[in-house]
Amino acid sequence: MNITELQAKAREIIADPTLSFHLRRHYLAYLAESVLPYPTISEACAQALDKQIICDLFEGNAPYRARYILPDYSKALAQGSEFLELEPPADLDDALNFLLIMYTQVPSITGFPVYLGDLDALLLPFIDGISADHLYRSLRRFWIALDRILPDAFVHTNIGPTDNLVARTILQLERELQQVVPNVTLKVDPDLTPDDLIEDAVETVFVNGKPHFVNHPLMTRDLGERYGVVSCYNSLKVGGGSHTLVRLNLKEVALQHQGDLGTFLTDTLPVYAELTAELIEARIRFLVEDAGFFDHDFLATEGLIDIENFSAMYGIYGLAECVNLLMDMQGRNGRYGHDTEANEMAYRITSTIADLVASRPMPYTQGNGGRCFLHSQSGIDTDIEVSAGTRIPIGDEPTMFEHINAVAPHHDLFAAGVSDIFHVEDTAKRNPQAMVDIIRGAFKSGMRDFTFNLATNGFIRITGYLVRKSDVETFQACGSRYGSATFGAGSVKNSHVEDRNVKRVGIRERRPTRASQ
Amino acid sequence: MNVDRRGHLNKYLPFSLVDGPGNRFVLFLQGCNFDCVVCHNPYTIDECNGCNICVDLCPDSALTLGTSTKPDVNHFACTDCDICIEVCPIDSTPLSSYVTVGDMLDKIRPTAPFLSGITVSGGEATLQPEFIRDLFAAIKNDPDLNHLTTLVDSNGSAAPAVWDMLAPVMDGAMIDLKALDADTHLRMTAQANGSVLASIRYLAGLDLLHEVRLLIAPGLNDSIETASKTADWLRTIDESLTLKIIGFRKNGTRPVASHIVEPDAEMLTGIANTYRAAGFSDVLII
Ligand code: SF4
Ligand code: SF4
Repeated sequence: MNITELQAKAREIIADPTLSFHLRRHYLAYLAESVLPYPTISEACAQALDKQIICDLFEGNAPYRARYILPDYSKALAQGSEFLELEPPADLDDALNFLLIMYTQVPSITGFPVYLGDLDALLLPFIDGISADHLYRSLRRFWIALDRILPDAFVHTNIGPTDNLVARTILQLERELQQVVPNVTLKVDPDLTPDDLIEDAVETVFVNGKPHFVNHPLMTRDLGERYGVVSCYNSLKVGGGSHTLVRLNLKEVALQHQGDLGTFLTDTLPVYAELTAELIEARIRFLVEDAGFFDHDFLATEGLIDIENFSAMYGIYGLAECVNLLMDMQGRNGRYGHDTEANEMAYRITSTIADLVASRPMPYTQGNGGRCFLHSQSGIDTDIEVSAGTRIPIGDEPTMFEHINAVAPHHDLFAAGVSDIFHVEDTAKRNPQAMVDIIRGAFKSGMRDFTFNLATNGFIRITGYLVRKSDVETFQACGSRYGSATFGAGSVKNSHVEDRNVKRVGIRERRPTRASQ
Repeated sequence: MNVDRRGHLNKYLPFSLVDGPGNRFVLFLQGCNFDCVVCHNPYTIDECNGCNICVDLCPDSALTLGTSTKPDVNHFACTDCDICIEVCPIDSTPLSSYVTVGDMLDKIRPTAPFLSGITVSGGEATLQPEFIRDLFAAIKNDPDLNHLTTLVDSNGSAAPAVWDMLAPVMDGAMIDLKALDADTHLRMTAQANGSVLASIRYLAGLDLLHEVRLLIAPGLNDSIETASKTADWLRTIDESLTLKIIGFRKNGTRPVASHIVEPDAEMLTGIANTYRAAGFSDVLII
């Protein structure tokens, strides 16, 4: 990019009527980063990146903060913060004020914190002697502040798995306020989470599409007790996070391949899997060694994050198209999601990738024993004719029971998150217990994450995040207060989000900014 | 209990959100002794007589001349287009099949972790009481399945002896009451309602009446007076009954129902309120 082009792009951002001041500043920063050279990678890796066989999700040329950061908020509340000049809070309102201040200082790829903590667990120590009404009023103010101060749908909080007054009040506020922010996950443990709490959460989904449900025992098996679900379905360690997320486009890998499934698994796939790992390594080294993020950020210096809890996310997407292409090459017409042979092929592909990732040492990933976390990446709004992660293509989903059976075997492999969104008919509203049954069954059958949505509730679930239907419709005309509505508008246009059977859509943590187009 | 007992099945659904509490596996049995004007799935009423008219008309060649009384179906070729059902002169279907209790247990088992229970519907389920009894008994005796509740969805025509046969293994029955008035009932279903009223009373006595469903068809049974008389009668059974007010819907009905309109929300609310005013607190509009 020469200086004239750079100026033209900067001008375009500065004068874009659909961008708020904050988004303009965010995009300008990205533009500045894009004039720096990319971290050093091999020619083969650069080519794969260029051809979009590997995608760095437009994270930028010179990573200067980790992509996802999960500060240890409970430690912060206990010790206070020198950097923020805050004493440990003594009561509920101090605690809420403390957190709100701290959130504004937590970096991430989006510029907003992707993790707000497990708010019920964080606040429970402060509610002794507090009336339910006081809790409600304080939390209500806090909830409105979150939405207005952090207007990004990737801002995420967790509740559960135990039942408690804070979690119940949060669900009540979610139904009342119907805000996009924050995204919410309910941790579900079959032994600890009562039906009644899950049902309350289901009723909340009927109103505003949240929360997302996760299989707590499976998460703790892979990540330990202290984990959080952040941004869109990314599960990571508290006090840690993910340096980067690079994803491998399996559809494109299949298009590079000639031959049968055997040589796909032994020859073609390993080549691109290694190029993906190479890119991840280059980005991590830049962040840690050149940008020195962990040497100076206050979260690190005050012990609220520890590089030992970090890893990186190794994403895949386009599995459905990959399988269908390989089936075609072998003269078979079964489709992923519908056909046993195609599904079996899909499991062989994901388990091969899991083995490749598990055998590739990666620097600065002690959070996962020196290896990347595998992640089924849910798509971004420029994805056209390629399905998110391991999902069945939109509009082609089988019945819910078949759908769960087809996708559940993959979930075991994706410690850093995998998701499938199920659309349910409006009739579910009269029978929330049925959704509780299905969620419990889905977890028993090995699913890690579960999200469902009704077509009629005024929100569209693009992936792990929501946008208001009205925000998408009016975005082109006048812009939106939410950073993520711009992502949503593109996604609805490009990936048939509206004609999902009605079941779901892709993810996008970040949309390519004008600087990269 | 006999797992080889055969039943005549129209179809099953592994997940249903509308056939009782929670998520349920539902079996629709083939064959009904009523001929309801308002029936949504009239092809479940009669049994195929083997005329084979549908065989040549299947666009996917999924049907072939059968060895038994009905055409054979190639389920891999069938695209569920329902053309065979549309062309059948007696409004039946070639797609029903004979299945054993064991066959159904094999289908239910993988879905069991996702379910609150099983519902047997129809057609009229109670025309095949031994099949239901053996299916429910097998479920109750299986450690992997005995968390499932067992419900029957019925037109209420069964005799007390049938309910006695099912009672030990059935958790409840959902009974449709089309009309309290004998003439209206006859006009709506081509059958008298004495057995229906008797079933409601009998099941309540056994504590097995899960709910009573009141289908509202404008012009037939939608007056407030009808509702209030029905409420008076139901009160003599049990005021704590669960009542479901179900608005008639055109979809799937035969030409005989073409003159009936769908009730609006206001009409259904008026009727529900009549029952509430009569003392029923558990009244739901569907
Ligand atoms: S389903 Fe109908 S048309 Fe087909 S053979 Fe049976 S009776 Fe005849
Ligand atoms: S529904 Fe009937 S007509 Fe249609 S494909 Fe199946 S068997 Fe043939």
